[in-house]
Amino acid sequence: MSQPAIKINAVHKNFGALHALKGVDLTIEPGEFFALLGPNGAGKSTLISILAGLITPSSGSASVMGFDVVNQYQQARQLLGVVPQELVFDPFFNVREMLRFQAGYFGRGRENDPWIDEILEGLGLTDKAHTNMRKLSGGMKRRALIAQALAHKPPVIVLDEPTAGVDVELRQMLWEFIKKLNRDGHTIILTTHYLEEAEALCSRVGMMKQGEIVALDSTANLLNKFSGKHLRLTLGDVVLPAGIGSLMRHHEKGIYTFALSDMAQIEYVLSTLRSANIKVLDMQLSEADLEDVFMSLVGKSS
Amino acid sequence: MSGLKFSDQVIVSSFRGPWTLLKKELLRFWRVAFQTIAAPVITALLYLLIFSHVLESHVQVYDGVPYTAFLIPGLIMMSVLQNAFANSSSSLIQSKVMGNLVFVLLTPLTHLQFFLAFLIAAIIRGMVVGLCIYLVAMWFVDLQLANPWMIIAFALLGSALLGTFGIIAGIWADRFDQMAAFQNFIIMPLSFLSGVFYSIHSLPPFWQKVSQLNPFFYMIDGFRYGFFGKGDVSPLISLTIVGASFLVLAWITLRMLKSGYKLRS
Repeated sequence: MSQPAIKINAVHKNFGALHALKGVDLTIEPGEFFALLGPNGAGKSTLISILAGLITPSSGSASVMGFDVVNQYQQARQLLGVVPQELVFDPFFNVREMLRFQAGYFGRGRENDPWIDEILEGLGLTDKAHTNMRKLSGGMKRRALIAQALAHKPPVIVLDEPTAGVDVELRQMLWEFIKKLNRDGHTIILTTHYLEEAEALCSRVGMMKQGEIVALDSTANLLNKFSGKHLRLTLGDVVLPAGIGSLMRHHEKGIYTFALSDMAQIEYVLSTLRSANIKVLDMQLSEADLEDVFMSLVGKSS
Repeated sequence: MSGLKFSDQVIVSSFRGPWTLLKKELLRFWRVAFQTIAAPVITALLYLLIFSHVLESHVQVYDGVPYTAFLIPGLIMMSVLQNAFANSSSSLIQSKVMGNLVFVLLTPLTHLQFFLAFLIAAIIRGMVVGLCIYLVAMWFVDLQLANPWMIIAFALLGSALLGTFGIIAGIWADRFDQMAAFQNFIIMPLSFLSGVFYSIHSLPPFWQKVSQLNPFFYMIDGFRYGFFGKGDVSPLISLTIVGASFLVLAWITLRMLKSGYKLRS
């Protein structure tokens, strides 16, 4: 029986008076492309640091492919690659040297070189392989940071905000490479502020708020469960008929946004407006996105 | 992945992992050898030139040993100790401030492997600097080697002790100025007041007692015994004190690393 890629059991973490994680449970299966979302301070990075062994949980347990991150940390870390959020680098070495060192710490030697070449190529770093880390541009440093986490070919890869401050071209290239890794069987866990990225890439989403997981489902289910479609109507300065007021979510300068759970409600809204002699000046229909789900779950302060 | 294959991998990584970290630490100072080796050699030679010129005819130390010859082993050992400390402490503080220490913390390396890699790199840096000063100093004075094994034992244990102290300082300090305080208020006074430039028998009795509380004194005196076959105290007492100090500091360092003090939270 295969072990979950990640299993987090009732994990709590206190930093003095701050209760950063309040009993987090989470299971991620091998091969998943999972997004962990949440506002700053929600506890995402603390959770990742616990998996990486940088932070010890106050209570509860976490494991990588069945290996406890505290008691069996050597095996757990061998199976995990973590891309740190901060742009850190070693100024003494070039890109290829750093990757060789990083693989070496995990017990990998020259036999790992073809994999290093593959990473360099996949991340567009081949012609920078002999450039000192200090001399790389910000975007290139970010690629090298990702390459370092992959150097020992870990089956489970955690990317903590990998595209923060990264240009569109690099983001596209990065996601193509990560998608390929996922197709090859690597489990990917991603935290990001770009919700459209999570929506496009991830099959399952966990949302955190104030140290707790407040939503955990497939991306499709979350989108269906929370919003459906948005209908934006330009009506001008009117008084809405009572029947459709409850569907209205937002209104500004004569533009009314209605949240609809199914297509049949479009006809209901339009016929109600017709009966009230209100003329539709413009109409726009859009799918709800993860941002709507995110805002409805974690956007409101509690 | 089968259990057997995985455990094989763990065994291989238990050798290759720390070896890689050691190799990286050695390359780190070798890449900047001008600063990490040439500079301390020049500093030691300047001390040698100035002090031997000024004091050669004024200071009488051991019978039949010229002051310049007396001075050289002390300067060599002082440089060995200072550079062993500088290697582990500066590597750790730099990678902590830069943030790249995380790449080592994410690996399966144990606290003992981490300790050994930093320790051995510090010993090698200290030894290389000491050897260079010795080779250059041979131009000035024909040094005898009364007990080469004592020389090696004190150089090894002394650099191990200071390398370990450097790891403690590197873990404890969060900023460069804290590290500078360690250097300027602990390492420098202890090494300058250890009998590098004089025999403690030339001091008043009170300051002789104070000097005997300084662990650097035993390292310098024992190392010098290896050259001349005489010292201020018995070399076996010095060896015991230096060895015991190393074991105590190594134990403290391993406890700090195992608990993740200031490195993991």
